[in-house]
Amino acid sequence: MTKLRQTPSQTVGPYFAYGLSPEQYGYQHGLTSIAGHDMAAGDVEGQQIRIEGRVFDGAGNVISDALIEVWQADALGRYAHPADPRGSNSNFKGFGRCGTGTDPQNRFWFDTIKPGAPEAGQAPHLSVIVTMRGMLLHAFTRIYFSDEASANAADKVLNAVPAERRNTLIATKRDGNVYRFDIHMQGDNETVFFDA
Amino acid sequence: MNDTVNPRDWAGQPAYIVPEYKSTPLRGPTKPLIPLPQTLSEVTGPVYGHEAVTGNDADLTRNGRRNGEPLGERIIVAGRVLDEDGRPLPNTLLEIWQANAGGRYIHATDQHDAPIDPNFFGGGRCVTDAEGRYQFMTIKPGAYPWPNHHNAWRPNHIHFSLFGPSFLTRLVTQMYFPGDPLLDLDPIFLATPAETRDLLVSKFSLDLTQPNYALGYRFDIVLRGRSATPMEA
Ligand SMILES: [Fe+2]
Repeated sequence: MTKLRQTPSQTVGPYFAYGLSPEQYGYQHGLTSIAGHDMAAGDVEGQQIRIEGRVFDGAGNVISDALIEVWQADALGRYAHPADPRGSNSNFKGFGRCGTGTDPQNRFWFDTIKPGAPEAGQAPHLSVIVTMRGMLLHAFTRIYFSDEASANAADKVLNAVPAERRNTLIATKRDGNVYRFDIHMQGDNETVFFDA
Repeated sequence: MNDTVNPRDWAGQPAYIVPEYKSTPLRGPTKPLIPLPQTLSEVTGPVYGHEAVTGNDADLTRNGRRNGEPLGERIIVAGRVLDEDGRPLPNTLLEIWQANAGGRYIHATDQHDAPIDPNFFGGGRCVTDAEGRYQFMTIKPGAYPWPNHHNAWRPNHIHFSLFGPSFLTRLVTQMYFPGDPLLDLDPIFLATPAETRDLLVSKFSLDLTQPNYALGYRFDIVLRGRSATPMEA
């Protein structure tokens, strides 16, 4: 059977904000945002956390026009998607979107809840899409948590990553409930990106 | 046996680093990608359906009006969202954004010396119906200069973003217009392999064209499909 070819990807360019995150960037008319950095608004069960970080290019410069999207399970490890028969906390959608162009330090940030482990052999994590002007197709990565050392040690995805690069996938716990996760597109510390 | 999402068609996709597109060499990953098994985290994904689309979200000639109609050539952009087997993907969210008729984005960082249209926002979204069909009403976007190289101009284009059924089917792309002389000069369009480049160019459609109102362009979109293959343990 002849298959159709996948439509090729193209860059989001520098002006994605008013199509994809208009409210974060302060556009007052036109569209509302379907998703933003505040993922745990309303009555969502779980431990409230913030994940924040910056995106660096191969010269070590901070990127101010990247778009980060995250997808995660609820506090009990359940996804709000039909392929997860358990369903999720009804108030938790699990998707967040943040551009790096509005914070003075060009951080992205997500106010969310700490996800539970979705299934055996997987530690708590978020799935991440990284894209920006200058990327013709998006990259996949994951965010794990530094205070889940034993679960991380048993995680099948982390275990398939060369040991010396695993740290690039682990968000570091800072003060309170803040986790830091910087993304390095290139260099010695290049974040692990997946062929997913 | 289980259904898995087909791999990215790497041969039909642009590379991460394309020297002619000068923002890519410092931004694309350089180390080999690590294969990721398809777990529950990948075969699920954000679900946005009809509730995400309200009012004039799919009509960009109306959703940005302040005190009149936007200027420029009204067009209809419509098509189907399919998987690689040609199956329609219903209830799939499409988000679009574009320049106005003069080639200007309202984005704060767009410094192109072309007029802002007070009645045009340039963003919209809609959801596919049961047959995978979508339709936008908008204004034909203008070409605009960009700093990639001397006298560089982007061809007329509309940015598209889709989720599809899972986290792996996400697609961000651009739709171009047939016969645009700037296509052969554009490093972003040309970064796509020749064998799949034409998939990015819409087709003029007299069927879609509304008499006395707007020209129609058809743009079908194909997302990663599924195959019956052994699920990785
Ligand atoms: Fe553009």
